[in-house]
Amino acid sequence: MKILVPVKRVVDYNVKIRVKADGTGVDLANVKMSMNPFDEIAVEEALRLKEAGKATEVVVVSIGPAQAQETIRTALAMGADRGILVQVDGIVEPLAVAKILKAVAAEEAPGLVILGKQAIDDDCNQTGQMLAALTGWGQGTFASKVELDGEAVNVTREVDGGLQTVRLTLPAIVTTDLRLNEPRYASLPNIMKAKKKPLETKSAADYGVDTAPRLKVVKTAEPKGRVAGVRVASATDLVMKLKTEAGVL
Amino acid sequence: MTTLLLAEHDNATLKDATAKSLSAALQMGEPVHVLVAGSGASAVAAEAARFAGVDKVLVADDASLAHQMAEPLAALIVALAPAYRAIVAPATTTFKNALPRVAALLDVMQVSDVTAVVGPASFERPIYAGNAIQTVEATDPKVVVTVRTAAFKAAEAGGSAPVETVSAAGDPGVSSFVGEAISESDRPELTSAKIIVSGGRALGSAEKFQEVVIPLADALGAAVGASRAAVDAGYAPNDWQVGQTGKVVAPDLYIALGISGAIQHLAGMKDSKVIVAVNKDEEAPIFQVADYGLVGDLFDVVPELTKALG
Ligand SMILES: Cc1cc2nc3c(=O)[nH]c(=O)nc-3n(C[C@H](O)[C@H](O)[C@H](O)COP(=O)(O)OP(=O)(O)OC[C@H]3O[C@@H](n4cnc5c(N)ncnc54)[C@H](O)[C@@H]3O)c2cc1C
Ligand SMILES: Nc1ncnc2c1ncn2[C@@H]1O[C@H](COP(=O)(O)O)[C@@H](O)[C@H]1O
Repeated sequence: MKILVPVKRVVDYNVKIRVKADGTGVDLANVKMSMNPFDEIAVEEALRLKEAGKATEVVVVSIGPAQAQETIRTALAMGADRGILVQVDGIVEPLAVAKILKAVAAEEAPGLVILGKQAIDDDCNQTGQMLAALTGWGQGTFASKVELDGEAVNVTREVDGGLQTVRLTLPAIVTTDLRLNEPRYASLPNIMKAKKKPLETKSAADYGVDTAPRLKVVKTAEPKGRVAGVRVASATDLVMKLKTEAGVL
Repeated sequence: MTTLLLAEHDNATLKDATAKSLSAALQMGEPVHVLVAGSGASAVAAEAARFAGVDKVLVADDASLAHQMAEPLAALIVALAPAYRAIVAPATTTFKNALPRVAALLDVMQVSDVTAVVGPASFERPIYAGNAIQTVEATDPKVVVTVRTAAFKAAEAGGSAPVETVSAAGDPGVSSFVGEAISESDRPELTSAKIIVSGGRALGSAEKFQEVVIPLADALGAAVGASRAAVDAGYAPNDWQVGQTGKVVAPDLYIALGISGAIQHLAGMKDSKVIVAVNKDEEAPIFQVADYGLVGDLFDVVPELTKALG
């Protein structure tokens, strides 16, 4: 069984982004880019399933600019078998990503597609669910445990009240939550090996998908800032201030 | 045209998230119908009918909807969609899961996590963990949005809408419910609590978390939250996590104990009315957003606080 893992190139999670002064967007010049953290978890999960003998091949796919090749190479260095870059410049919204992924899935026929639950740039949390809709497959989102047997997968999901477990017929879609696993680091020899692994480049047109955005971004602004308040000397001082000054007790 | 609001509930009671998203739905300027999809949820429908501004409540009562799994729920909403211009739901895990499935089936791009309604199809939403706010205009013929409930006040009671039954659309048969472990607690829920006490990695163990954080929360009648580090280390359950990828909260009072204030944590609590931080590192970034900062060892400070409140 093949596992398909979509990986997105995003601003590194340690970077504090800056909004452009003219309100046209976020300043991405010379900013460190990395694989979306949830996607590292997705790659790791796929590799573990392969290592456990439950999957035969891990294929990673990224939709984005030419530099998204680096993101794919990172996944290959972790241990994925091959990569597909669907080169598109500019913003590609989750709906268009899902349409491209549907076409890739039609070609690759994976038993499982594992995505991140959320890209930390757009914070959309949509793509996996949309891909499930377009393929008609079952979805196990926000997974903290994935158990694969012959014809189905049990997914334990992190929900608002606790945990929920669902069983999905294969092929199925899983999206990862943070506690699913801890992704490995690629070793130097594996980084070298990854350079020779196959990486195919395609375009959105190859899959007949129109990537024109459906949401018009009118403006991007700084959030309302908070200013640091005061220091209090003791617990009793704090309680007094909360009662009299802040009026929240 | 009309807006369809999807109710968050557990078949027994309507959740506060519904009343908050109702405010957002009403701001979109069209009549609002509420859909209660569940099993044995007629009491929930009656509750929903009492909110001012609700024109009609639809109830779909079916075993396949008992756990509000995405596949049958999306099939139902898509079947109802032709009568509506907009479909709105709270950004709870139920609808974070189901609504993008609906959007894709309708060939619509969803607007996730809106924090302000600017017009019938224009919204503000946070990106990059809340470090930028985008204003977007949806251009699709239908508008599909999830609402960040912490950004809206609950709508008021004072209506009496008719309740109508609709039939479920059937289960696509690709998924089934296996089980759940839902935490039982008498505490207020994180997303609707007026006061939240949160603990971080500094607590050091599940025992200490119980011993130090919980009594303070009890003294305040507060909900309990945690940083991801505390959850990852097993000091607190996952459903307590506050942040970019956990719950987003905006209580009147948020007390952060031994939490450094990483951007991913701030994303979930920086819109709280009053923020208190206790941290032994006076340089901790949490102090940059705290209205009241107390530099000190939480193991000394917190018991004192609890005592001062008792
Ligand atoms: C993709 C992604 C998503 C994430 N999502 C979230 C999220 O939703 N929510 C979240 O919280 N994090 C999230 N994180 C993690 C986040 O980056 C931080 O790692 C995390 O918030 C740190 O938790 P902490 O503040 O408890 O721990 P630390 O950063 O280790 O801070 C502990 C603090 O306790 C203080 N301290 C230690 N001992 C004491 C004492 N005795 N008394 C008082 N103070 C003391 C220290 O000075 C320090 O400031 C995410 C990370 C990634 C990559
Ligand atoms: N451009 C992309 N290329 C590859 N995968 C993507 C892309 N955009 C989103 N994804 C996948 O979908 C997940 C959720 O993204 P989003 O819906 O944008 O929050 C990510 O964690 C990725 O696994």
